[in-house]
Amino acid sequence: MSEHAQTAGQIPEANTWSLGGKEFSSRFILGSGKFRLDLVRAAVEDAGAEIVTLAVRRANTGQEGSILDAIPDGVTLLPNTSGARTAEEAVRIARLARELGCGDLVKVEVIRDTKYLLPDNAETVRATELLADEGFTVLPYMYPDLNVARDLVSAGAAAVMPLGAPIGSNKGLVTRDFIRILIEEIDLPVIVDAGIGRPSQACEAMEMGATAVMANTAVATAGDIRLMARAFGQAVRAGRAAYLAGLGRVLETGEASSPLTGFLEEEGR
Amino acid sequence: MADKTEQDEKRMAADAAPGEKDAPGEKDTPMDGVRGEKSAQPVEAARAQGEKSAPAAPADTAAALAAGTITTADLPREAVGKRAYRLAPLSPEALDAAIHTDRALDPLTFLPDMDVLGNGMFDRVLDAAEAYDPDAVTAADVRRVLAEDTVGPADFGVLLAPAAEPFLERMAARAQRERARWFGSNVQFFTPLYIANYCENRCVYCGFNCTSDIRRAQLNEAEIIAELDAIAATGQEEILLLTGEDPVRSSVGYIARACELAAERFRTVGVEVYPANVADYARLRAAGVDYVTVFQETYDPVRYGKLHLRGRKRIMPYRFEAQERALRGGMRGVAFAPLLGLADFRRDALACGLHAWEIQRAYPAAEISFSCPRMRPAKGGVAPHAPQVSERQLMQVICAYRIFMPFAGLTVSSRESARFRDHVAAITATKVSAGVSTGVGEHTHQADEGDDQFEIADTRDLPTMCAAMRRMGLEPVMNDHVLV
Repeated sequence: MSEHAQTAGQIPEANTWSLGGKEFSSRFILGSGKFRLDLVRAAVEDAGAEIVTLAVRRANTGQEGSILDAIPDGVTLLPNTSGARTAEEAVRIARLARELGCGDLVKVEVIRDTKYLLPDNAETVRATELLADEGFTVLPYMYPDLNVARDLVSAGAAAVMPLGAPIGSNKGLVTRDFIRILIEEIDLPVIVDAGIGRPSQACEAMEMGATAVMANTAVATAGDIRLMARAFGQAVRAGRAAYLAGLGRVLETGEASSPLTGFLEEEGR
Repeated sequence: MADKTEQDEKRMAADAAPGEKDAPGEKDTPMDGVRGEKSAQPVEAARAQGEKSAPAAPADTAAALAAGTITTADLPREAVGKRAYRLAPLSPEALDAAIHTDRALDPLTFLPDMDVLGNGMFDRVLDAAEAYDPDAVTAADVRRVLAEDTVGPADFGVLLAPAAEPFLERMAARAQRERARWFGSNVQFFTPLYIANYCENRCVYCGFNCTSDIRRAQLNEAEIIAELDAIAATGQEEILLLTGEDPVRSSVGYIARACELAAERFRTVGVEVYPANVADYARLRAAGVDYVTVFQETYDPVRYGKLHLRGRKRIMPYRFEAQERALRGGMRGVAFAPLLGLADFRRDALACGLHAWEIQRAYPAAEISFSCPRMRPAKGGVAPHAPQVSERQLMQVICAYRIFMPFAGLTVSSRESARFRDHVAAITATKVSAGVSTGVGEHTHQADEGDDQFEIADTRDLPTMCAAMRRMGLEPVMNDHVLV
């Protein structure tokens, strides 16, 4: 990647990214599933989020004032296939998302583990292929495995969404070293999803060069939801700016002279 | 804590050893059916046939079973686990006689037409419950367990012990955190619909039992549609269909048709009906059902035999394996519950949690949920002998379930008061019913409506419940499910 700021004074906020042909300036994606609906709008606004995910199964309702109504206009909906246990189920849920008017963006979640909610990478690759063939813009939620990420690229994914830690765990970047590998090796946007519990963790993911960060539980279960939404928005912007600025060196010990190669200089004298 | 006599009885039941020992003041044999010493003549004849073949004289066997001179435990049967057995083929007359006669079925012997999984789960769960000594748990144990990030099956019992009672506030705080983490503010709504109350079982504590003098009813297709439409018009999107347990009157076909009608009107359909075979569950799944609830009532085999005198329900391991058969039939989720207060509630809650844990371990994709019913008075039912469970103790059980399996759904029954339900929902319950009637045909007040199964304490309708949940800071959710 060569996104680092070339000249001093470049405004990081102007740095945009695109997905499914749309430009986004916010790099913070907010989940909606764990909120009281009357707080979703305020959280989206305070976080400055431009993309909000929602579970198709939650949107599958005739309930008045449902989750679809709670998400402010102008925000891009990213429906997810939660509840799918196989690629075929994910496809059916994605089609339902289209019918519900959520467009062609879809976050693929294929999970057949109710305890840790870890994604099934193999089925996720299959679902990505099937959905990409149907014209969806597919964002697969995945366990950060480089080979799988490459398979997802081949399958037609528009981005990859590796987990930082199990969903809802708020444990942060437990998988940081593997996410770092994906960021280095995969040419698609890498969106860190799941497990982010604090703004500082979101910031770290952005400093590493992630394209965007997604959170839900960490904001929805905060004491002051609006303030936490704002904190996440700011942390993501700060992390992005730090990445663009190019982080300074981190040294284990003080760097004195050059005990090994200093002789080269001496020889030249 | 069970007394020594009862433990002895359990051991006998577990070993299916001959001999019986009546508990003082009770007429029942401790483990009805385990009565080798009393073996009557036809039994010897049957045994002489060897283990594999059917009884020689089915008519005699039927008569003996109906007369209560023998039980199915006296007939040839094969072991399918440490405790459980499978009965050799029996004539239809003999089977029918046994099903409809008090204590003629052996509670630990599968009938010939029942699927048997026999994978050891029943023995493991009952062994653990038997070995559990709630009074041996100390406050130090509770502190240690509450300091852990996760609570495994070996430590679940610590949270259910009397020693954990003083830690209830801490347990509730943790239960609330876990709920927020896994479910956010969401609380899911559903309503039960009783479509029939005929029942072949005789459960001494239940208002629907076959000897109760209650009005019986079974809704026909038009009546089911009227009830479903009336409920759907209130805005509910999840329905739980219930019947009494009469597989002849309420056949799988009848239930499947009701489920199809429900699936046309509701986004989520569950059933709480008699335990069925894998193929039956597959048929219900095809009719649009995704969730199956089966209450085990009690995991204490001695109490189980004493409380369930007649009908297929008397076969304890068949009921125990119902959730697994449902999952094999393609169901997405299964719910578990003992009816707390029928036996030692701490042991029963422990066994229920371990049962669910074993199922989740074997079927990691299964959605697990717990129901938390306590004994309530019922017309035609009698109060059992076990001490009743207080609200505080029920709260402890609920919090223990949540801490042990934080991802599981948790339902609080309308048997509980509005005050209790509201607070438990705010702490950790994820599912509540609203607009509940436990009678048959009551949503439309149809002419031949049947009596109620039990008395409900919380009669609030959907709008009132939604408002109450919002006041507690929760988000009422009508549906969170796609049938795929």
